Order: sequence, then C-alpha cells, then structure tokens
Amino acid sequence: MLEIKNLHVKLEEEDKQILKGVDLTVEAGKVHAIMGPNGSGKSTLSYVLSGRDGYEVTDGSATLLGEDLLDMEVEDRAAAGLFLAFQYPVEIPGVGNMTFLRTAVNAQRKARGEEEMSSAEFLKVIRARAKDLKIDAEMLKRPVNVGFSGGEKKRNEILQMAMLEPKMCILDETDSGLDVDAMKLVADGVNALRDEGRGFLVITHYQRLLDHIKPDVVHIMANGRIIKTGGPELALEVEQNGYADILEEVA
Amino acid sequence: MALPQAKQDATEARITALSLPEGGWADPARRDALARVRAMGLPNARDEYWKFTRPDTLVAAEAPAAATMDSGEAPLFDSRDRLKLVFVDGVFSPEESDDLSLEGVTIDRLAEAKDIHWAKDLYGVLEARGQSPVARPLAALNTAFASDGLLIHVTGKPSKPISLIYRHVSDRSDAILHHVVKVDPGAEATILENGPAAARFNKCMEVDVAEGACLHHIRAQGRDHERRAATHIFARLEKESVFKSFTLTVNGAMTRNEVVVEFTGDDAVAHVAGACMGDGDFHHDDTVFVTHDAVNCESRQVFKKVLRNGATGVFQGKILVKPDAQKTDGYQISQSLLLDGDSQFLAKPELEIYADDVACSHGSTSGAIDEDGLFYLRARGVPRGTAEDLLTIAFIAEAVQEVEDESLQEDLVERVAGWLARRRD
Repeated sequence: MLEIKNLHVKLEEEDKQILKGVDLTVEAGKVHAIMGPNGSGKSTLSYVLSGRDGYEVTDGSATLLGEDLLDMEVEDRAAAGLFLAFQYPVEIPGVGNMTFLRTAVNAQRKARGEEEMSSAEFLKVIRARAKDLKIDAEMLKRPVNVGFSGGEKKRNEILQMAMLEPKMCILDETDSGLDVDAMKLVADGVNALRDEGRGFLVITHYQRLLDHIKPDVVHIMANGRIIKTGGPELALEVEQNGYADILEEVA
Repeated sequence: MALPQAKQDATEARITALSLPEGGWADPARRDALARVRAMGLPNARDEYWKFTRPDTLVAAEAPAAATMDSGEAPLFDSRDRLKLVFVDGVFSPEESDDLSLEGVTIDRLAEAKDIHWAKDLYGVLEARGQSPVARPLAALNTAFASDGLLIHVTGKPSKPISLIYRHVSDRSDAILHHVVKVDPGAEATILENGPAAARFNKCMEVDVAEGACLHHIRAQGRDHERRAATHIFARLEKESVFKSFTLTVNGAMTRNEVVVEFTGDDAVAHVAGACMGDGDFHHDDTVFVTHDAVNCESRQVFKKVLRNGATGVFQGKILVKPDAQKTDGYQISQSLLLDGDSQFLAKPELEIYADDVACSHGSTSGAIDEDGLFYLRARGVPRGTAEDLLTIAFIAEAVQEVEDESLQEDLVERVAGWLARRRD
C-alpha cells in the first residue's frame, strides 16, 4: 500500500534535516502506529506524504500503490487514495461543511473518472455516517470547523474519512485534545473503516489511543528515523517505561 | 470662492455637451442643480474626495467608447417572477418592459411624468441634502440633465420585486438616469438592478423611506469590461424604517458607487454592502457616507473586494454621528482579498462622533488567500482552482449575507461561482 524508502526531508526555509532516512511499509488491511517523543519527525512525515509546502525531499521515495506520491499535487494524492486526518483541522469561515464535503467527494470521483454523487445520494450517505459519529445536522451546516470544539473537529475529520473512503489513512495525533469519551467515539469511527483493502498509519504520543485502535505493528521514531519496530507490546513498553529506555537501547 | 480656471473650463465643457430637458415640474430642480454644478465644479484629480479614483473619464465632455459585451450567460434574476422594466442605453423601453401596473406601487417615467407629481418633493432634494459636508458634483449634474428614469411610489407591499434591467447597445452611449423611490409608511418593496447600462453611466437614485417602511435594493454591475459608471444613492430614513442595499460588481474599467444615508427618524436601520471582483484593468470605488441624526439607529457597512492582475479597489466610508444621535450603533468593515502582488486596495475608513453614548466600530484589512485553508481543501481532493474559488466565495459571503432574501443570496453566489469557474476554463 504505502511504501517509504530512505526518506530524507529538510525544511525548505532553513538548513535543518528533519527526516534522516525513514523506511516504512504499510500493507493493505494493516494498522501501523508510529510513536515517538516530541520533535522526532512524526508530523513532518505526515505533512510530506500529503504534500504540504515548506519541506524539501533530499533523498528517498514514497509510493502509494506503486505510484510516486512525492511527484503528485496535493489534490492528486487525495484522489489517489491518501487521507490525512489533521492534528489541527483548519477552520474555513464561509464554506459550509456540507458544501465542502460534497465538493471534495465529487472532485475525487471526477479525478478518478467515476460518476459524481447526486445531491440526494450524498445527503443519504452523509446523514448515516454523521449519525454514527454523533454529528448533528447543525454541525453539517456550519462553516467547516468554525466554532467546533476539539472533539467535534476530530469527529469531523473521521466523517470526512468515512465519506472519502480513502485507501491509505494517516492519523496525525488524532487523540490530542480529546477526552476519553471523545477518543472512544473517534476510535470507533476509525475501526468501522478497517478493511482488507485499507491501510492505516496512526501517529501518536501515547499508548492510550492504541487501546482503542489496535495496531498490528508499532514503530518508534526518534531523531528523524524509525529506530525500533515491534508488535502491540512495544506500545505498552513505552507506556510503562517512557522512551528513554528504548532510545538508550538503540544508541 | 471662484473655482480654478481649469476646473471651471472642464465643467463648462461637460455642460455644453449636454442639453437641459425642458418643461414640467422638475424644471426648478434642474436649474437649481445646474447652479450647484457650476458652483462646485466637476471633480478633478486634485480633489481630496477623488484622491484614489481619477474622475477624468467620468467628467470628460465625450464618453470614452466601451465595447458591448455578450457574456453568453442568462441575465441575473432571469428565472425570477418580477416586474421587468428595461432601459436600453439609458432610455426606457416600453416594448421590452412589463406593463407598469403592479398592486402596491405606482410607477411613472421621469420623461413623461405629468405636471404635478409627488416626486417634486424629492427630485433633487435628497441629492441636494447630500451635497454637504462633501460635494458630489456628478450627482448634481445628474439631477440637472437626466432625461429618463423611474419615479417609483411604493404604497403597499408589491407581490414581486421591481426589476430594473439595463442593456448596453451602442459603444458610445452616455446615459444619465435618475430614479426616485418613495416608500410610504409601513410599505415594503424590493428593487433589483442589473445589466450593463451604457458605455458611460451616470445614475442617481433618491430613496425616501417613511416611518415603519422597508426597502431592499439588490444590484449587480458587470461583467462588461470597459464600462465607466458613477452612481449615487441618496437615502433618507424616517422613524423605524429599514433600508438595505447590496451591490455586486464584476469588472468594469471605472466604477464609483456612492451611497449617502441620512437617519432623520429614530430606531431606523440601514445596511449598505458590496462585493466586487476585479481582474486586470479594473478600478472600483465604494464611497459611503452615513449621517446619524436620530436616536438609536443602526448602520452597517460591509464591503469585500477580490482583486487580481493589477486591479484596484477603493473604499471611503464615513460614519458621522451628530450630537443628539445617542444610542447609535455604527459598524463598518472593508476587506480585500489580493490574489496577487500587483493588485491594490486603498481604504479610508472614518468615524466622526459628537454624541457620547454610541457604539461605533470599524475595521479594514487586506490579505492573500489563506494558505492553510487552501492546503486543507486540496488535501481532501479539491483541485487548487476550485479550492481558491470556494475560499473566494467564502470571503465575500459576509457581504452577500447582508441580502435578507436567501434565494437572492443564492442567485448572487451562483452567479459568482459561475464566473469564477469559467474564468479558469
């Protein structure tokens, strides 16, 4: 599904190397988690994969289903099946949530040469998906993320994911700013989307999200590299001992 | 004080090129207006009030040519049930218009109105009141020389909007139109205006909104590239009345829209809003002057300008609160979205307040498109162009939302979306 090889990334504006050779393969149907201390490069990885400005790839590659991601426009990556659930979802005053989602769904369909969704069909689907995530009709009408609470914003991300049905989902610290109930709701939304044909990369600081979204593989990232890979037990080890032991172990 | 010779010459040159319509109740008003024009002189580049907008093409004896434009799209408001009143190059066309009768309103042509007419108390009267403290010579010129226009007397609540439709046919047309709108106590109406009017267009609309009355005015200018227009609205609001005016402007080599609002009765509401989209050789100026001379009135000015490829947007907005106008609620915002580094927005927001118990605020901003918003939309698969359009429409939304009727809002937004989409194709 997602294949990252020897990825080196620096900031465009300053001479600062953030990723120093990341190797990572996420298979279809699997959930991979990346954990790591602040500043290890986790969020940068998600931004580079989704195509945000400000980063320069100096070496390595990243492909989605064999296609070179790094060579594609942001919107083309999305149409190819990549989805990033933002750590900080952006507020867009003046653009209704519903309009936004329908534009996005149909733009992706059009880009893939599929038929666009009719208004009636779209409404039916979004109502059902919104209900699962306890998103009410009022929230769908409001401008994108404007005045949403932290929990509402994250649920809105998952709603977008559910509507867009991507192949590869990256969740960037989706648990940040969530209380236990909100996290459970978001995790349930993600779990409902787990599927043979879909890959997940869950980026998080804490093990607690992984209690709800059970990963198949856990990676520890530090200083721009993946330094250790293991099963779910690796997350528990971090939870108990912090990152210090692991960092020492590989040093 | 004598006018500078150059100004006097330019003013006379323009006056000489025109002929004063003769006969009827409006004669004294026209002669008074002509005297005002001569005393004030037509504007030139040295006038403070024309600091950001060059008046020369609006003042010149002969109108610069402007090619007509077939946009290939259905005229705005086309599918709507309305009373259609059509002007071709500034001349009313009875053949293309609906019958002038509609319950709740009486409508006469300025060119045909009989000797004794209610409009006598308003024609040139509100314009003259609006000449102080700032001179508006092009409006006085209009009062003197307008040969056509509509006198609209709203006596009830007409079942459909009164729709003024302009058609531009001749490259050289130089139209001067003067409308008078009187809304009786408790009456309510909607006036729509759209369509390219002429190569050069000088339009004046005097609006008198009586106690408890309400007038909605929604106007669309454009998308003719080469037109030049100077328009004035003079609105007087009596007790508990409401006046809401919105203008959408797209393109145009030179557009100056002045709106002058005067509150004379307590507890009245006036909203003046505008959205403009300028591309390239575009100059658009919104000049607004709101005078609060009554207690507990609310005024809002909301202006949004989207500019690219060297387009220029101007906003001059003033709120004047007189000593007895306590409890005034005044709000003014002007914002521009600059889509490139070549375009400019010039804003002169002013508050002048002599009462001590008022709430007035104003703000003005210029900015580029929100990159975070753009990335977010693109990351969901919305192509860059469509994402920019969405953000552009979002930017003007606050102004469009000043239109009370949501179906009219939709018409306007749909039109803008269509323009934006075709621009990219």
